[in-house]
Amino acid sequence: MEEKKEEKKEEKKKIRVKMREQDPLVRARNFNEVPYGYVPDEAVEEAHRCLQCKRPTCKDGCPVEVDIPGFIGLIKEGKFLEACYKVKEKNALPAVCGRVCPQEIQCETLCLVGKKGDPVAIGNLERFVADYEAEKGEIKIPEKPKPTGRKVVIVGSGPGGLTCAADLIQAGHQVTLFEALHKPGGVLIYGIPEFRLPKVIVEREVEYIKKLGVELVLGAVIGKLHTVDELLNDEGYDACFVCIGAGLPMFMGIPGENLNGVYSANEFLTRANLMKAYLFPEYDTPIKRGKRVAVFGGGNVAMDSARVALRLGAEKVYLIYRRSEAEMPARKAEVHHAHEEGIEFMLLTNPTRFIDDGKGNVCGVECIKMELGEPDESGRRRPIPIKGSEFQVEIDIGIPALGTRANPLLTKTMQDLKLNKRGYIIAEEATGMTSKPGVFAGGDIVTGSATVISAMGAGRKAARAINEYLKWKYWDVSNLAKAI
Amino acid sequence: MFKILKKEELSDVVTLFEIDAKHIAKKAQAGNFFVLRIHEEGERIPLTIADFDRDRGTITTVFQKVGKTTYHMGILNEGDYISDLIGPLGIPSHIENFGKVVCVGGGVGIAPVYPITKGLKEAGNTIISIIGARTRNLLFWEEKMRKVSDELIITTDDGSYGRKAVVTVPLDELLNKDKDIKLVVAIGPAIMMKFVCKTTEKYNIKTIVSLNSIMVDATGMCGACRVEVGGETKFACVDGPEFDGHKVDFDLLMKRQIMYLDEEKIAMERYREKMGGVI
Repeated sequence: MEEKKEEKKEEKKKIRVKMREQDPLVRARNFNEVPYGYVPDEAVEEAHRCLQCKRPTCKDGCPVEVDIPGFIGLIKEGKFLEACYKVKEKNALPAVCGRVCPQEIQCETLCLVGKKGDPVAIGNLERFVADYEAEKGEIKIPEKPKPTGRKVVIVGSGPGGLTCAADLIQAGHQVTLFEALHKPGGVLIYGIPEFRLPKVIVEREVEYIKKLGVELVLGAVIGKLHTVDELLNDEGYDACFVCIGAGLPMFMGIPGENLNGVYSANEFLTRANLMKAYLFPEYDTPIKRGKRVAVFGGGNVAMDSARVALRLGAEKVYLIYRRSEAEMPARKAEVHHAHEEGIEFMLLTNPTRFIDDGKGNVCGVECIKMELGEPDESGRRRPIPIKGSEFQVEIDIGIPALGTRANPLLTKTMQDLKLNKRGYIIAEEATGMTSKPGVFAGGDIVTGSATVISAMGAGRKAARAINEYLKWKYWDVSNLAKAI
Repeated sequence: MFKILKKEELSDVVTLFEIDAKHIAKKAQAGNFFVLRIHEEGERIPLTIADFDRDRGTITTVFQKVGKTTYHMGILNEGDYISDLIGPLGIPSHIENFGKVVCVGGGVGIAPVYPITKGLKEAGNTIISIIGARTRNLLFWEEKMRKVSDELIITTDDGSYGRKAVVTVPLDELLNKDKDIKLVVAIGPAIMMKFVCKTTEKYNIKTIVSLNSIMVDATGMCGACRVEVGGETKFACVDGPEFDGHKVDFDLLMKRQIMYLDEEKIAMERYREKMGGVI
């Protein structure tokens, strides 16, 4: 009887416990993290909204198969550390995922509670347990497994590489992780800004992976310093996982794009995040602090760039997007935060050229108004320019954030690796197996620009497949051949 | 961490480091560069691999003190460490037997032109080298260049050593009298490379230049190093650094090189203050 009453009470709770956040106008001028995270009472209250379904559907939405009701149940009981260990059974980067996963289109969209109100705030709870564990300083390192004597090399220390490394080391293999930049974390370090994912959190998660026994080599550009063939044939590695992201910025190909003050989003964010240019001159890397900034695009990277520009002191930041807000690929929370902070959205607008101040600096951008036509191959309505609707906007910084392409630096050194016509690696979805024996691939270099968690999912699948491969060294990619 | 094994002051403002970097040395080729970051707060700057020794496992680089990072490098000594060294990067020089080649090095550009000259010489080319600087004490590697050249011409702007001229003067004379010259390789300040190309264009002699744009990651990820070559945007870091000089938009290169002039001044002044007048 008591239980029934409790359930009824829970059903009434249609609204999730909100995470407190920095005031929008204050945070728009600092780089501190936007939400504060739950305190234990808030976490327990939110955990009580979970129905503990017998057949939980939320789990199906998680690319790394976290036992969601399991860890939420432990939070309910106040067993926060145990809850964190439960998450870590499947996810080596919970503090990151709790912050940057698009939960609203994954686990939370499948949550039963969500049918009659807000779904359980799974992401917020994941973040809570990870932060709790870190604060308590009781990070549990699982026991070292029996060594298998097999060696695996992973190229790229982004979310996919880190996940794959964690899984393989726990299976007893020796793992070396190569990173081209001078800091590990890939997009978590160079791309996602401090206020959305504090870098100490990434460092903490990487530290955990190192404690598991993964050897991390920084500043090693594979394809230049070593080739994959050398690693496999001369250095004694048994398998290789390529998870290098899709780091080659796309520009719009409009006049004036090489003027000073026009940055690719990759450059703008790398300067700000990886190089900490927002702390110039304490840090040596400079960045132009624009008064009037225009960012072009509608994804997470565009939102991040706009919000970084604002925090660097811009008076006006325009987000210029050729479709309408409904078509924006960015995470809803990011769009909401951008609005709150005062980013001005110029929708159904497309740039046509940048304007030179006569000295090689950008001083404006000419745009054209768009209208939506029939849906295109992406299913979104195609934007069409409206003739004669050109107008100019005064800017001193322009940031194209239109996505990335495949960076060929590594793949062009692997002649027997099959690529698709856009330069991405062709790999089996379930295993990451490629046309080159012993080489697995996953993440953005296979799928094109996607999310942190999907790269982690690919890392997990590849680790599983590599484990199998190392037992038999059998390479059958007949499915792949069909796909090609 | 990478140890500085040897430091040599080549002139008042030009310094040489030989750095312990076994893996990079193993793969280095003429025309490659690397990226360096001296400490945790440091910026990433590209520098050319001016020489390498695979047996010793070292690379040699030559830099001119122009801003905070390079002045800071100038106070480092043998036995000190550099936080990060990333390379070898860029597409190596195309080395083959062209016949007769003129190699031009201007100022600190003498260092990067050396390994290419050496490579071309070893490939059987006849080499005429021209090295030039503003004044005598900015010149270096005269003997090193002489060893890999069949003929060496030296110029200074002020006539303090060698011929009083800019490098394009003897270059023009050579091209005018010697019709066997098949290729010119020129590395130096952008303005010098621009005028070398203007000179060689008259004679329709293919000219290779190495572009020193501003870079961040130097692996093609950011596009800071964008240059226009034949009307197309290229990334100096992965598509270059060497390009057909006749197709390069040098004016754009020069504008982009001074993008952070104000910030560089701020950083330098702050550094001078911190060092209490030592620099």
